[in-house]
Amino acid sequence: MLTIATGNKAVAAAVKAARPGVVAAYPITPQTEIVEQIAEYVTDGDLESRYIPVESEHSAMAACIGASVTGVRTFTATSSHGLLYMHEMVHWAAGARLPVVMANVNRALGPGWNTWAEHTDAFSQRDTGWLQVFVGTVQEAYDATLMAFKIAEDERVLLPVMVNLDGFSLSHITQALDTVDIGDFLPPCHLPHAIDTENPLGYGPMTGPADYFRFRWDIERSMRDARGVIAEVEGEFCERFGRSYGPTEDYRCEDADVVVVAMGTLGKEAEVAIDRLRDEGIKAGSMRLRWFRPFPDLDLAGRDVVVIDRDYSFGFGGVVAHSIRSKAGVSPYSVIAGLGGQEVTYNDIADFVRDRRPGEETWFGVNDHV
Amino acid sequence: MYEIRIHSRGGQGGVTAAKLLALAAFRDGKYATACPFYGAERRGAPVVSFVRIDGEPIKIYSQIHEPDLVIVLDTSIMDVVDVLQGLKAGGTVLLNSAHPITGCNGASLHVDLTGIALAENLVVAGSPILNTPVLGALAKMGIVTLPSAEQAIREMFADERNVKAARAAYEELKA
Repeated sequence: MLTIATGNKAVAAAVKAARPGVVAAYPITPQTEIVEQIAEYVTDGDLESRYIPVESEHSAMAACIGASVTGVRTFTATSSHGLLYMHEMVHWAAGARLPVVMANVNRALGPGWNTWAEHTDAFSQRDTGWLQVFVGTVQEAYDATLMAFKIAEDERVLLPVMVNLDGFSLSHITQALDTVDIGDFLPPCHLPHAIDTENPLGYGPMTGPADYFRFRWDIERSMRDARGVIAEVEGEFCERFGRSYGPTEDYRCEDADVVVVAMGTLGKEAEVAIDRLRDEGIKAGSMRLRWFRPFPDLDLAGRDVVVIDRDYSFGFGGVVAHSIRSKAGVSPYSVIAGLGGQEVTYNDIADFVRDRRPGEETWFGVNDHV
Repeated sequence: MYEIRIHSRGGQGGVTAAKLLALAAFRDGKYATACPFYGAERRGAPVVSFVRIDGEPIKIYSQIHEPDLVIVLDTSIMDVVDVLQGLKAGGTVLLNSAHPITGCNGASLHVDLTGIALAENLVVAGSPILNTPVLGALAKMGIVTLPSAEQAIREMFADERNVKAARAAYEELKA
């Protein structure tokens, strides 16, 4: 059905279609609309699910873990400080190999208190073992959430998935949304190591160094396998519903001398900048990085690369710029921009390309090149 | 692309007006995005919302800096906010006012949305509802069609007085 919706409502609509058995959540701006809408679905009988309003995000993830370990499909949503508050349990969900799906509406971290978009919250959970996808449109928020369940629950993966959407600039923007009849796209959740509440057993909680080490390798092996599973699921989604996704969304990259790499809404707006630059005769393209974990292979060799980081690792640099540097073997022009919702337009992005200085870093609007 | 900036005060329905307008444009078969700018505002504080309408998918998420049309739902804001900032040459201003206001250059239109809302008794928590009548004025200006404006209102509100108010604004606005 074709309608218009906000990014938050699109996520909620996808969750309704996925029919999780348990949703546990705590509200936080700018995510609140997601869990409010899901609570309304449950209250109105549109979604048969146990909705658990917990007292904190730590408990939200703990409740999802407790439900998921019985083999039930689970969902939660959070932002910013909420995500940080559940950090311990975020690690636990991945270590326990539970296919929890969580929407994270990317928001800056205080102080200063700020509810606008930034990716540092998600990147602070980078090493937890969660898969992370970043979306750029309302439609993609819906599609990626649906696919997240299928990818997480695949027996070759069995790891939780975080669907990231920019606070306000995507969570609260209204765009076209085509909701689908998912049919049998999402089979019932099957967890091979689910506990059987009818046949309770005790498990030794202590794991020795040798087994622990093997478990950690097993997470990494599944992460590597996840690349193929993601491609399969995105391929099947395209066949069924006609919308195509990949590890990146490449725009006019084929013959590009310079490529802009960005994530989320900035990655989408970059396409407008590319059209302007092409009109000036600058052979530019853009690559919107969708999957951050597992990190994809990127073909950027032999071209100038401009990376826009809506995040920062203090004392080191932009997280995406560093990832590109180490994984794609190029020395990008690193632009730090959009932190805490800083206004960045397509004109600004075009300027980043025109003024690029490969190998250097700049903080947009704050200082000169450093 | 046609770009619209809506000025209002928190609680007056500017954000919903943007959504209604985007929905009406969408029902006209166009692409549209509605994008409120949320600050630390609260009831009564000046707020701004943006609407973009185009024949192609819209990839812009940043704010509108050079609008084609500025809508002012509460003209008392004009004392504290420069509502004309960045208005394109030849751009239009639509004011919620029973009378023309001097100092608004460009093509300035006015319609008494507050009076229309009060006549229909469209009042919530003491505030007249402005976001449904303004759709009628925008239909008169040709931004959206009247049938799509009415459809958008019916999709979001059950109370038929909203449609009546939109029609009244359509009749009253002298475009």
